[in-house]
Amino acid sequence: MVFCKSPINSAIGLVNTFFCLAIFYVMLNAPFMAAIQVMVYAGAIMVLILFVIMLLNLGTDDRKRYTNGSVWSALASLLVLGNVIFFIKRGRVTGAEGDITAFVVESVGHTELIGTTLLTQFMLPFEIASIVLLVAIVGAVVLAKKEV
Amino acid sequence: MISVYHFMTVAAILFAMGTYGVLTRRNAIVIYMCIELMLNSVNLTFIALSSHLQSMDGQVFVVFIMAVAGAEAAVGLALMITFYRNRETIDVDDMNLLKL
Repeated sequence: MVFCKSPINSAIGLVNTFFCLAIFYVMLNAPFMAAIQVMVYAGAIMVLILFVIMLLNLGTDDRKRYTNGSVWSALASLLVLGNVIFFIKRGRVTGAEGDITAFVVESVGHTELIGTTLLTQFMLPFEIASIVLLVAIVGAVVLAKKEV
Repeated sequence: MISVYHFMTVAAILFAMGTYGVLTRRNAIVIYMCIELMLNSVNLTFIALSSHLQSMDGQVFVVFIMAVAGAEAAVGLALMITFYRNRETIDVDDMNLLKL
């Protein structure tokens, strides 16, 4: 999706990526996360992006598609990739293991587990997230109004 | 057997592709989509580690990341519409209003 000429093609590729990530989440015993991924990302955000692309009537870029220095950008991203892969290959994942095994997820239900954690342990961040969303809605309405 | 390292490698590759797109593309919407790709790679890392460590915390963080991404989508796309209305383009090389 990074190399597509038309923004629409990029958006379709991104939707495919989101669906594949949802499949990964199912493989990782997180079915609720897969559902949210499909609904929020592939549903809401991508509809918003496609709507803006069609509203602004963006066609295929006929000018140069890339900024200058794409070689340096490729080097930078390869550096990031090399670093992370080096740490993944050399390191070991450790940490305090919890008690939410795959069996617990299947017997209790993933949605219930998420809800319990979200509304007890992470109550304050939850409220802050709702305030962030409210501010974003107000900001979007103010920005997109006719006379700014 | 697919381990947590494989998922983290996939997430690293996705993150590097997003970085390359952000650094090289000129269309602001494509840059925004690349940022979404990077956010999603971080989400994949969070969920892989939370499933590996058998804990719920990482998945709750993913919920917050999704909320912030939704807020960012609303504000960012409204900004792009405003900029397009003023300048008739969303090419990032033409965004030089603050340049002397």
